[in-house]
Amino acid sequence: MHRRHLLTSTAHASLALLALGAGLPAAVQAQAARSAPFPAGTPVRGGILNVAVAPEPTILTSAFNTTMNIGQVSSKVLEGLVSYDLDLRPVPALATAWNVSPDGLAISFKLREGVKWHDGQDFSSADVKYTLEEVWKKLHPFGRAAFANVTQVETPDRTTVVIRLSSPAPYVLNYINTYGAQILPKHLYEGKDVLTHPANSAPVGTGPFVFKEWVKGSHVRLERNPNYWGRDAQGVQQPYLDGVVFKFIPDATARTVALEAGELDVALGSSIPPSSLSRFRDPQKYTINLDDGRYLSTIFLTQFNVRRPYFQDKRVRQAFAHAIDRDALLKVVFLGYGKAATGPVPSSVVNYYSDDVRRYPYDLQKAAALLDEAGLKKKPDGKRLQLTLDYDAGAGVSATRQAEFIKQSLARVGVDVELRAGDTASYLRRIFTEQDYDLMVSSLHRLPDPTLGVQRLYWTQNIRKGVPWTNGSGYSNPELDKVMEAAAAEADPARRKALIRQWQQIVQEDVPLLELVEQTWVTVASRRFHKTSTQGDGLFASYADAWLTPK
Amino acid sequence: MKPTSAHNAWRFLRRRLPQAVPVVVGIALLNFLVLQIAPGDVVDVLAGEAGAATPETMAQLRASFGLDQPVALQLWHYLGRLLTLDLGFSYRQNMPVRDLILDRLPATLLLMVAAMVIALVLGVALGVLSARKVHGWVDHLVSVVVLVAYALPTFWLGLMAIVLFSARLGWFPSGGMVDVAAAHTGWARVLDIAWHAVLPACVLATFYLAMYAKLMRSSMLEIYGADFIRTARAKGASEARVTLAHALRNALLPVATMLGYQVASLLSGAVLVESVFSWPGLGRLAFESILARDLNLLLGILLMSAVLVTLINIVVDVLYAFLDPRVQLASDATPSAPAQGLSP
Repeated sequence: MHRRHLLTSTAHASLALLALGAGLPAAVQAQAARSAPFPAGTPVRGGILNVAVAPEPTILTSAFNTTMNIGQVSSKVLEGLVSYDLDLRPVPALATAWNVSPDGLAISFKLREGVKWHDGQDFSSADVKYTLEEVWKKLHPFGRAAFANVTQVETPDRTTVVIRLSSPAPYVLNYINTYGAQILPKHLYEGKDVLTHPANSAPVGTGPFVFKEWVKGSHVRLERNPNYWGRDAQGVQQPYLDGVVFKFIPDATARTVALEAGELDVALGSSIPPSSLSRFRDPQKYTINLDDGRYLSTIFLTQFNVRRPYFQDKRVRQAFAHAIDRDALLKVVFLGYGKAATGPVPSSVVNYYSDDVRRYPYDLQKAAALLDEAGLKKKPDGKRLQLTLDYDAGAGVSATRQAEFIKQSLARVGVDVELRAGDTASYLRRIFTEQDYDLMVSSLHRLPDPTLGVQRLYWTQNIRKGVPWTNGSGYSNPELDKVMEAAAAEADPARRKALIRQWQQIVQEDVPLLELVEQTWVTVASRRFHKTSTQGDGLFASYADAWLTPK
Repeated sequence: MKPTSAHNAWRFLRRRLPQAVPVVVGIALLNFLVLQIAPGDVVDVLAGEAGAATPETMAQLRASFGLDQPVALQLWHYLGRLLTLDLGFSYRQNMPVRDLILDRLPATLLLMVAAMVIALVLGVALGVLSARKVHGWVDHLVSVVVLVAYALPTFWLGLMAIVLFSARLGWFPSGGMVDVAAAHTGWARVLDIAWHAVLPACVLATFYLAMYAKLMRSSMLEIYGADFIRTARAKGASEARVTLAHALRNALLPVATMLGYQVASLLSGAVLVESVFSWPGLGRLAFESILARDLNLLLGILLMSAVLVTLINIVVDVLYAFLDPRVQLASDATPSAPAQGLSP
């Protein structure tokens, strides 16, 4: 068995060497080759890839935990039904085709044939059914919402899954990759407590790499899956790499140096801070990928506690919106890595983004006038209002800079802001449990579908005391609620798009929170690192198509 | 040590070790109560990291972690578990606390012992050198080195060491404890770990090195003026013998006192060094457990370090008797503090 694999892989390697540059991406990935952050070339077999992920994950499956770093590691071992291209459209992974019924009440998936779990068992529709019903629907923080309308999961044969819905749920197709909906092996998990299952720390998947070891505080080591289903356009078996080692380096400067010293090949998820990126500008030595985190569509925001009397007046919120210079914020704090935000749906969510909304250009006079109108006149000392602003000091150096920028901006219109830093736990407590704050800053993933990633911030039913990242502003607008709920259940793409546009307009009129900067997730890699396809969810790529130029 | 003093030391240990138990339990109790003050719990952090949660999951998690129980009951359970040496479960790391600590302890001990040895050897050597050549250029040079080593923040020094010795010169690895890709075994592995330990151990040692050098210099100078040194010189002992046999042993007493105290601070120093050098040790684990409000784990680490510090202080007491036979280990009334008077 081993011998044969060795022989075939040698054959494949020489094939790969023969096939030159063009036409390499498999059919799956062909449409994604819009920008080419990776230099062209023929994939070379072999090599161990060293990847930095920060901080160290707590478990190695994202089937019920959506912490980014967990997804970054586990996506090489466990897989989802699809992955996403740069326009965030689904492309095949474990599912090769999918189809939504005209009434939107059934979604069927055709699964890939001949896929095996790493322990040799066959992958089948039963695994998908089990994971959806027992894990995503019950334990997954977003899955509960995404699959709430699922009434039944049918498995007419081993490679077909049909999801029956009580009302249309078009967003399901936007959340079924390895980050949002990772498939677990039923034969290992069934009948056991999923949350404490030992396989959570030593995953058994279908992916291109097999879990080998996890030395806590140090690294996770993965090795090539010799039986992986993936083949490139030439029929060469993937993955190309012999293995992947994830190194957990807690200090940002140490990561930067390790990448410079060649001890790392890839630093994922902006683990190299923007201020150090200038050291990796040399395209002869490094590649900087800005598309990997497109799927997350993260927006940096300032949120009002609208329970405060002065924030109940929307003119005050609008004044604040005019008082912050988003372009300067982007330049000064984010060092240009990102885009000024115009509303709750980021422009990367091309399907639903609308710029036909009320804008708040930087205008101090207008801000002052609105504050005057709202009755917050300047006192003799030049101040109108004293407020606190909470931020999570645990989120890194840039968190402090972000907060300071807001403070200085608001000072120009006579709003005196006192900064309150807390570590993550005390920050979350203060905002979501005690609800004792005036302003806060944070960054939130909006995901490819507004129903999943945006609705939670504005929905009245999501004002939930004690639960992080819910509607913490306490904003409630029955009209908006109706629009959002209608959009969630609208099967017709055009009508849904119109509803989501209306939703963006209402939010930008009311501004219960200020959408400031669409953040870019930065992946810095050595020039030796290549990937034959680009992905919108590249942070959670399987790396079946990744390869290293030999040293 | 003479047989009688060994016997004394044994009697001393038999008396001191049981005394240490209530101290450690008291510390555990205090730790537990102090940590209740921190806002937020592990469920807040877990839900915060996941990016979304429901009140039901959070309540369910709190119930399964026992966090919904009254503090008094939690304390009762905690103390009960301690009796059976069960340190509880880390819900964040998905591992029993004891396993986690035992996994990470060797790395930290290695770092601490290496740093201590470097600090002691170099510190004592520099201090003696300074005292021998007092007010000469060697003394001045040592003073400057010591001042710089004392004043530099550890994490900055660590980063600079990485930048210089890893990135620029490429002599040492920038972090980690082993070369993960190489997967050495046997002696190659030992050498590999030693290679990785050089920078972090030296960086961790600098602060203590400076302290010991200063302490050593002043206590050597004090002893050089003592009567018994004059006697030794009068008897015709060589300067080397005076320094090494007569003065050094006495001058080491304050350093030994300091050493006992500093074991605790060494662990907090290890937090920074372990983070900068990605060293898979306990200091970093402790820091991460604070941020994650992983109180079971934090309590376990704190308890472990309390035990460690108590033990090392007992060892230091035994060491006193070895360095200065006038210190009576087994005497009941007098506390085993170092003798203050130096005249014989």
